[in-house]
Amino acid sequence: MSEESNKRQGAADVPAVEIVGMHKWFGEFHVLRDINLTVARGERIVICGPSGSGKSTMIRCINRLEDYQRGRVAVDGVLLTNDLKRIDEVRREVGMVFQHFNLFPHLTVMENLTLAPIWVRKMPKKEAEDIARHYLERVRIPEQAHKYPGQLSGGQQQRVAIARALCMNPKIMLFDEPTSALDPEMVKEVLQTMVELAESGMTMLVVTHEMGFARQVADRIVFMDEGQILEINAPAEFFANPKHERTKLFLSQILH
Amino acid sequence: MGAQAFVRSETIPAMPPPAREHGLAGWLREHLFSGPLNIALTLLSVLFLWWLVPTLLNFLIFDATWTGDDRAACIVTAERPRVGACWPFVFERINFFIYGFYPANERWRVDTFFVLLAIGIVWLLASWAPGKRAAALYFFVVLPVLSVMLLLGFAPLRLSYVPTSLWGGILVTVVVSAVGIVFSLPLGVILALGRRSSMPAVRLFSIVFIEFVRGVPLITVLFMASVMLPLFVPEEWSPDKLLRALIGVALFAAAYMAEVVRAGLQAIPRGQYEGAQALGLSYWQMMGLIILPQALRITIPNIVNSNIALFKDTTLVFIVGIFDFLRTIEAARIDPKWATPVTSTTGYAFAAIFYFLCCWMMSRYAKSVERRLATGHRR
Repeated sequence: MSEESNKRQGAADVPAVEIVGMHKWFGEFHVLRDINLTVARGERIVICGPSGSGKSTMIRCINRLEDYQRGRVAVDGVLLTNDLKRIDEVRREVGMVFQHFNLFPHLTVMENLTLAPIWVRKMPKKEAEDIARHYLERVRIPEQAHKYPGQLSGGQQQRVAIARALCMNPKIMLFDEPTSALDPEMVKEVLQTMVELAESGMTMLVVTHEMGFARQVADRIVFMDEGQILEINAPAEFFANPKHERTKLFLSQILH
Repeated sequence: MGAQAFVRSETIPAMPPPAREHGLAGWLREHLFSGPLNIALTLLSVLFLWWLVPTLLNFLIFDATWTGDDRAACIVTAERPRVGACWPFVFERINFFIYGFYPANERWRVDTFFVLLAIGIVWLLASWAPGKRAAALYFFVVLPVLSVMLLLGFAPLRLSYVPTSLWGGILVTVVVSAVGIVFSLPLGVILALGRRSSMPAVRLFSIVFIEFVRGVPLITVLFMASVMLPLFVPEEWSPDKLLRALIGVALFAAAYMAEVVRAGLQAIPRGQYEGAQALGLSYWQMMGLIILPQALRITIPNIVNSNIALFKDTTLVFIVGIFDFLRTIEAARIDPKWATPVTSTTGYAFAAIFYFLCCWMMSRYAKSVERRLATGHRR
């Protein structure tokens, strides 16, 4: 870890993620409208809302898989601009887990995990493999290290994807609907891994429809609709006493 | 309802399938005689083979002449009304077909080159051969240097200089094809990436190059390389005639290869790019480690297909005065010593067999790769 990042970590007042007045358009379509969100270090945020509300687009702006047209996004004090160097710097510190895992099918699980530490962090292969084994242990699939992703179940693949992101030792983890593409039986094992991760103090932003997970883990829940944040609230308050009409409607539809 | 629920208490043992659905009879029924159209096609095919195969075998083997010293052995006489292929002609001129005008006592150098090339191809392509990284180093670095030293000459090893104007036959065909195939792939990859680049200048150059080269025949490219280039460049700067043709063929093949590779790149889902980007990989790391290995793997059958086409297109170098394999046969078949009605046919049959074997081996390789990809877990 470089001196510079240590210094930044020392400055406790720098938020993990700071989004101020962000707007984004897809062509003519105004997908994100005036997004303001500050995430403190170690905070767990769950983002929910109907499909098409811009949840995924918003968290994809945090590691610049999407760019934005107005406002600003700073990750760990680093302002995201078009500067490729800064984008790479931020991506090294932000892990991401996708709905469709996006594992590399031509590499083994072990190679998937060690690729970025070796090539991006310039870590010796031996050290990268030790770290990979540690995280495979943590997501409870150490025995699958030499298989290819195609040989694993969906739940196992998603846990490999989580381990792959953790191998980069990120400061922030983004989850983009991590359980939406899984069979119902496998949702639980992935959520369990995420709960353990949350308990370890990781800063997390999770887009999900799993309200049980939100209730159990989230510090704050963000409700989005039509590209806007309508409500930010603590879980107990959010479920028991939603402020916004749209939130009430949404909750009545997904909680039975 | 509940009282009638059916619950099986034992597993039924597996039974063999009905006899008419497997075995020889089942296979014949399913593949050759499954309906009126299929029966008609089967009969037509049998009739066609009935007509073709005996004619071919008679000409190539049963009526063929196998020994002799000149045309007398292969002409029609009263005792021999039907004459097939005149193989002594091919046997006598085989060295010319293989080496062209390469000096006779230096031909071992060409043989060594063929052996080195064969080792490289097998080492690089056979799935059971170990050390692919070393194989690539050998094939793309060591082999080209060795080949130039061997074929062209290298004074320190007392290999005398053999100008390319003396090269010919299978040697030239193999050299032109190998250079075209080996250089077209990396050039094609670069052009394909350029065409998908977000930088307008790079993209424009790639598109113009690809579309221009694809828009003109190979003959035009070869003419440009061999006739036009010397007009613009002073004589002493102008490279060797064969080298000019090699560059022309490589650039021509690269444009086609670029489109093949681009199709492969397009087949890689966006998630792979995003997965790589999210880990902080740079553009070249993402392409080199994640995207290209997958894209090239699924493109191998198409790459081989392009290479088969290129292999046969190399015969066109004869129009700029290079003695490739087909040209040596053209030159030999009008030799008065072997002037018989079957000499030309024999020469062309020999050429056909050579080209067929080479192309067939390439397509077998593509097929085996396809099978490996279909069953393999690497996708």
